[in-house]
Amino acid sequence: MKTGKFKNKKAAEADPYPESMRESIRKVEETRDARLGEEVERMNPEEREEVLNEFHPDYREAGMRELKAGPNRGDEMPLELADLLEAYPAVRPEEVDLSEVDYQVDVLIIGGGGAGTVASLWAIREGIDPEDILIATKLRHGDANSMMAQGGIQAADKEEDSPGAHFLDIIGGGHFANKPELAKALAEDAPGILKWHEELGVMYDKNEDGSMQTLHGGGTSRKRLHSAKDYTGMELMRNIRDRARNLDVPVEEFSPAVELLTDSEGTVTGALLYNMETEQYYVVRAKSVVMATGGFGRLHIQEFPTTNHYGATADGLVMAYRAGANLLDMDSVQYHPTGAAFPEQIVGLLVTEKVRGSGAVPVNRKGEAFVYNLEPRDVEAGALIRECYGRDLGVETPTGMKGVWLDTPMIDMMHGEGTFEENLAYIYRLYTRFGIDPTEDPLLVFPTLHYQNGGIEINKKGRTAVEGLFAGGEVEGGVHGKNRLMGNSLLDYNVFGKRAGIAAASRAKENGWGELTMQHVKDYIENLEDSGIEAKRKSPMLVPEYRGEEALSRSVDIL
Amino acid sequence: MPEKPDTEMVEIFIMGKKYEVPKGLTIMKAMEYSGYQYVRGVGCRGGFCGACATIYRVEGDYKLHTDLACQTTVQDGMYLTQLPFTPAGREKYDIKEINLDTNPLLDLYPELARCVSCNTCTKTCPQDLEVMDFVNEAIRGNIKKVAELSFDCIQCGLCAARCPAEIPHHHVGQLARRIYGRYQAPDSHHLENRVQEIENGKFDEELEELAGLSKGKLEERYENREIQE
Repeated sequence: MKTGKFKNKKAAEADPYPESMRESIRKVEETRDARLGEEVERMNPEEREEVLNEFHPDYREAGMRELKAGPNRGDEMPLELADLLEAYPAVRPEEVDLSEVDYQVDVLIIGGGGAGTVASLWAIREGIDPEDILIATKLRHGDANSMMAQGGIQAADKEEDSPGAHFLDIIGGGHFANKPELAKALAEDAPGILKWHEELGVMYDKNEDGSMQTLHGGGTSRKRLHSAKDYTGMELMRNIRDRARNLDVPVEEFSPAVELLTDSEGTVTGALLYNMETEQYYVVRAKSVVMATGGFGRLHIQEFPTTNHYGATADGLVMAYRAGANLLDMDSVQYHPTGAAFPEQIVGLLVTEKVRGSGAVPVNRKGEAFVYNLEPRDVEAGALIRECYGRDLGVETPTGMKGVWLDTPMIDMMHGEGTFEENLAYIYRLYTRFGIDPTEDPLLVFPTLHYQNGGIEINKKGRTAVEGLFAGGEVEGGVHGKNRLMGNSLLDYNVFGKRAGIAAASRAKENGWGELTMQHVKDYIENLEDSGIEAKRKSPMLVPEYRGEEALSRSVDIL
Repeated sequence: MPEKPDTEMVEIFIMGKKYEVPKGLTIMKAMEYSGYQYVRGVGCRGGFCGACATIYRVEGDYKLHTDLACQTTVQDGMYLTQLPFTPAGREKYDIKEINLDTNPLLDLYPELARCVSCNTCTKTCPQDLEVMDFVNEAIRGNIKKVAELSFDCIQCGLCAARCPAEIPHHHVGQLARRIYGRYQAPDSHHLENRVQEIENGKFDEELEELAGLSKGKLEERYENREIQE
């Protein structure tokens, strides 16, 4: 405790690390001074390829299978996602009466996180009355991965940088699988997005002369990562949400969409919402629908822990897929290299890349640095997995989890005492709550499921292949190819939330309301039956199942 | 019956009802272990969103504690309840029309003046923020200080729920931060310049060219790109 700022810091009565881990920490301490001066070399393309092929979970065949139904039939996807896409609709079309419309709006936005809220603000700027918008969201407004992003947001706003350099980083980081028009839009819009944030009142980290404090992220060629301490996502989300609240944008909380509604042509004309508290449905008729439901971290693909919020269960992918949307790059999952591996209470939570951006390096059991600290995320994650399972140089926790050290005490040694606590306040708080001081001891980390790289295919305006349906944020795909770089997801939801909001607004201005049917759902059920898929599962999932086995085994539905 | 007989168990009281749960779980995981499936009172599960505000007391102690269910380990004899929502008033405003000649914080939230300096807000804060200090700075109109002191606020609303003066601290902090960010933080001239350059089309040609390159050409450009030290 240097400043005494965190007055309630749990006094570490005993060493938070067991002796087996402490023994390894002593080796990390021994090599620290020598490591401070030198950098591990970046991998060449062949080395990167090798570590990905051998150790990245995406390249593990047993984790994937071919889809048997729908527009992406034949594509490889993670088993957990394939199960959901091939599940039967949770609401049977014959159960609901679509003739009574509960909400009639111009623009329906499904998802109240970053992308959805940004879409509402830009739809308003485009001339839609806030009253004619509805945001339907599963948890509370703003409970989303957007709120949790720590490290920052990329934008090429410095003199030595350019949108072209940003574009190259995006597309190279994505293994050249990105849709170029989307990567271009991301790079091109970025500075304008930051300017908009400044007008909203976002407090970016700045120098006294007003210039932005920027850092490198994994795979960046310029220092273009802008931050608000390590609460960047929270600072953006709460400002954007505050603006929406001031404009009285209607938000239905705890009422996720569970199915899209379409007309006889297949155009999206609304959605069916489900109030999770009262268990009743609502019918929404809309001229345009924006899908902004975020990603799929809570599917725990390949049993990985996740950094994601409770509601990240791929609902938007499921609904849009049934309506005929095409999905891109779903075989590509982002495992963040540094998730917490100890203590048990916080396993899987994110230790931001800003920690490595600030100089901390991954170190193995023997105290050796084994990888450049800022490789693109998939490469860095692969290298950590290799160290633990390929070379057996990881550190084991009392629960049997393996990880490597992230040598955080280096940060204050390099940048001065107090730097960590000031710039990485969240991480400092996260660990001191459990008696670990990251300025004194290293942190044990292992890759954690972080981001859905792919998603619903959109064009540069945020339109999907389905008429009337738009998408923005983590639910869409094509922007990041096979691997998203740090700082490009906050940017993504701003750029494509904005573009989708504008496009949805202009469609709403030119079109009327359509008829409401669930024909596409009936067709999809038929498609599943014809493909020989048994009716074992239902989706969307809405919330993950975390109830204890004992409690679940005795659960009966009586009320 | 515990699932793993060798796991050490503790007794907790969820809204007064007793459950046995494995030692070392967070409050959130302990409730799930006991059979609760969350709809309310859960959000990010990582200490950012403030959805899982929780009040608890431990047997034998008179003190009421507050913390986040996702970040707090259960203790033997813990009596707990969650507070998923605080009905604190939030004032509407237009950030473009803020009057900085007076104290906009006090203008919108005159109840700030009712603060009795009891420090309950500070003691309540699960983020360990100096809440009462920023309330005092708010009364004085020191917006920058309020913005800084409240920056790590996750807006759980626990302070507002316990405040005898009924001040919505988390909304005051939000207002101060937006005013500071928009009006008082120094301007970023390089950002303004870059936005202007983009609007003038300075990078159009380069971006068009890049977006049209073959994969092979892009790979070449990528591997040979200059990297800032």
